[in-house]
Amino acid sequence: MLTATRTLPDLDPICDKIAAGTRLDAADGAALLRSDDLPLLGELATVVRDRKNPDRVVTYIVDRNINPTNVCVARCSFCAFDRLPGDPEGYVLTHEQVFAKVDELLAVPGVDERLIARGGVQVLMQGGHHPKLGIEWYEQLFAALRARYPKLHVHGLSPSEILHVSKLSHLSLDEVVARLRAAGLNSIPGGGGEILVDRVRREIAPGKAMTDEWLEVMRVAHRHGMMTTATMMYGHVETQDERVEHLLRLRELQDESLAAGKGSFTAFICWPFQPGGSELDCPKSGANEFLRMNAVARLMLDNFPHQQTSFVTQGDKLGQLALFYGCDDFGGTMLEENVVSAAGTQCLITIGQIEHCIRAAGFEPMRRNMYYERVAA
Amino acid sequence: MTPVATSAAPEAAAPRHARGDDDEARLRAIEERVHAGERLAFDDGLFLMRTPALHRVGRLANWVREQRHGDRAYFVVNRHLNPTNFCVYDCKFCAFYRRANDPAGYRMSLDDVRRVVRDEFERELTEVHIVGGIDPKLPYAYFIDLLRVIKEERPDLHLKAWTMIEIEWFARISKKSIEEVLDDLLAAGLGSCPGGGVEVLSDRVHAAIFPDKLSPAQWLDTARRVQLHGVRMNATMLYGHIETDAELVTHMVRIRELQDETKGFMTFIPLAFHPANTELSHLPGPTGLLDLRTIAVSRLMVDNIDHLKTYWIMQGLGVAQVALRYGADDVDGTVVEEKITHDAGAKSPFGVTQGELVRLIREAGREPFRRDTTYSRLTPV
Repeated sequence: MLTATRTLPDLDPICDKIAAGTRLDAADGAALLRSDDLPLLGELATVVRDRKNPDRVVTYIVDRNINPTNVCVARCSFCAFDRLPGDPEGYVLTHEQVFAKVDELLAVPGVDERLIARGGVQVLMQGGHHPKLGIEWYEQLFAALRARYPKLHVHGLSPSEILHVSKLSHLSLDEVVARLRAAGLNSIPGGGGEILVDRVRREIAPGKAMTDEWLEVMRVAHRHGMMTTATMMYGHVETQDERVEHLLRLRELQDESLAAGKGSFTAFICWPFQPGGSELDCPKSGANEFLRMNAVARLMLDNFPHQQTSFVTQGDKLGQLALFYGCDDFGGTMLEENVVSAAGTQCLITIGQIEHCIRAAGFEPMRRNMYYERVAA
Repeated sequence: MTPVATSAAPEAAAPRHARGDDDEARLRAIEERVHAGERLAFDDGLFLMRTPALHRVGRLANWVREQRHGDRAYFVVNRHLNPTNFCVYDCKFCAFYRRANDPAGYRMSLDDVRRVVRDEFERELTEVHIVGGIDPKLPYAYFIDLLRVIKEERPDLHLKAWTMIEIEWFARISKKSIEEVLDDLLAAGLGSCPGGGVEVLSDRVHAAIFPDKLSPAQWLDTARRVQLHGVRMNATMLYGHIETDAELVTHMVRIRELQDETKGFMTFIPLAFHPANTELSHLPGPTGLLDLRTIAVSRLMVDNIDHLKTYWIMQGLGVAQVALRYGADDVDGTVVEEKITHDAGAKSPFGVTQGELVRLIREAGREPFRRDTTYSRLTPV
């Protein structure tokens, strides 16, 4: 009879901690990430997922991406979307072009005034670090959106973009966040989190916010009462320990923000680096790694209420399976997605397919707003 | 054409609520029986198809898998050859077949076959998987000679050719017995038979979506005769269309019963239905959950067939990798030139390299072994 030839980490003590609701430490995270026992990881993550989201519901939000510009000076090696200033393929959207994209979203079947009024329709605005677009440009854009679509939820400008604007306009992060918020920005996406370890960031994203800067933007936003999300892009040059460090840095800030009682992180979402079209050359991380990473994140991020699955990078089948590995949310409908698709990966599915995946997994699909309030008709 | 009910059987036929105490007791009882090497009953299979405890089912299936195969995961360097897509049968789940005179129809001459073998078959290839439509324009001799032509060019190749549907058709057009047909095929170089064409062993599903093909009883009878004649074969199961959980479990049990008798099945292969371009395109097709659950429950119920394959062409490379942790020990092969599932909208590649399969297996924490068709030569990679 054959036996397993590899020694797997002993997860029994970690199982006991999870059952007791005890916080896991870095060593626990590293052991979990080394485990090949995928069904066990799924079972453990499901314990925490169900504890945090006890009813049999999986949420999603009706949203679309709008990338206001692809001109970027950050020069991240993993990115296939960016264009340097002067590149003929560079663009900056006009207000009219942005409105046209919003109108497309509002024309989606099932989008009505009631859904909009409850914050259930969102635009996710993220783009390049444009060398000329300072605070005024974004203030004008958000003010124009607010005037034209008073109840549209604007989820926009990742921390690195906010930092870029603060440098370009010589303003403190406090001032930038306050002014953008006053102009109409509702919440901040966790894009550009990549791996929150400076060694990794210097290697793949030297032009973007470093770890402490990224976290500081989120800290400031939370202090201003804004809700934000957190992301992780894994599967490139980082080590397993650096993945754990990323999760711990997020967890620490969340502890701090929750204690302060104003804004905080609503959700975590992770996806693997998408090779193709970018300078960074490494093999595409697979399905098992996606499920394992989701499970470990759910277990480590014990103070995050929600976790989203990334069907855009994984497709509907694995997007659904992540619901058994800690996720309780299908994320946004992503009517248009340019960044991942620029790297050759695009797995867009319809609202009907999202709801089918959720139902077939034994959950009830519910639309939500950015605050995870259910906004179903 | 008679109207038939082809609405989907909901995947979550039974409400998937939080696990109750009864479920927990039942799961434990099943786990104990599997660990003790006892056979599961039909009711157990049905329970496993419906319990929300996916991971418990998966861990148990993985335990069985590791008992049999340790950390090994097998693949074969193979390719597909579909000599014709003309078909007189009208199966509602099929996007591959063409009627006579359809300009999209094709039929390879034996010269075409010889040229493909000479020009396109790689040296490392060890197996050709040969299935096609039921094409009345092709004479009996064609199906025999096709094997002979390939063997003339490449005597080293294992020819896994012709489903039970085709074997029975050959018997009809030649007015020979199944055994005589097999003798002709074996003399021409037949190595083994693929497991397709059985779909779901259910008279209801048969009448609704593949009434022209062999009935469940006829398929089982043909497979029995093939195996008793010394030819080894596989068994498939097409899931994710109109079938119920109970019909899938019945299929597993009937295959298991035949295997008790014949012992000639090498591999059990659940096939994920792909709806695009078929008469069932209104159905959504199976989700990832049903893919994994079907793999796991198959491993637990079909306890007398050595291997369980995750056919990545249909389940997708992602699910195939996960399936190596939910009971599967085989990922089929490099395939190359897959037509049937891609006509039905499959988004998987048409073929992959050995390197890609090896990486997929290693990333799942398994040890890749290149195999021949009958698992008699296993080479660690």
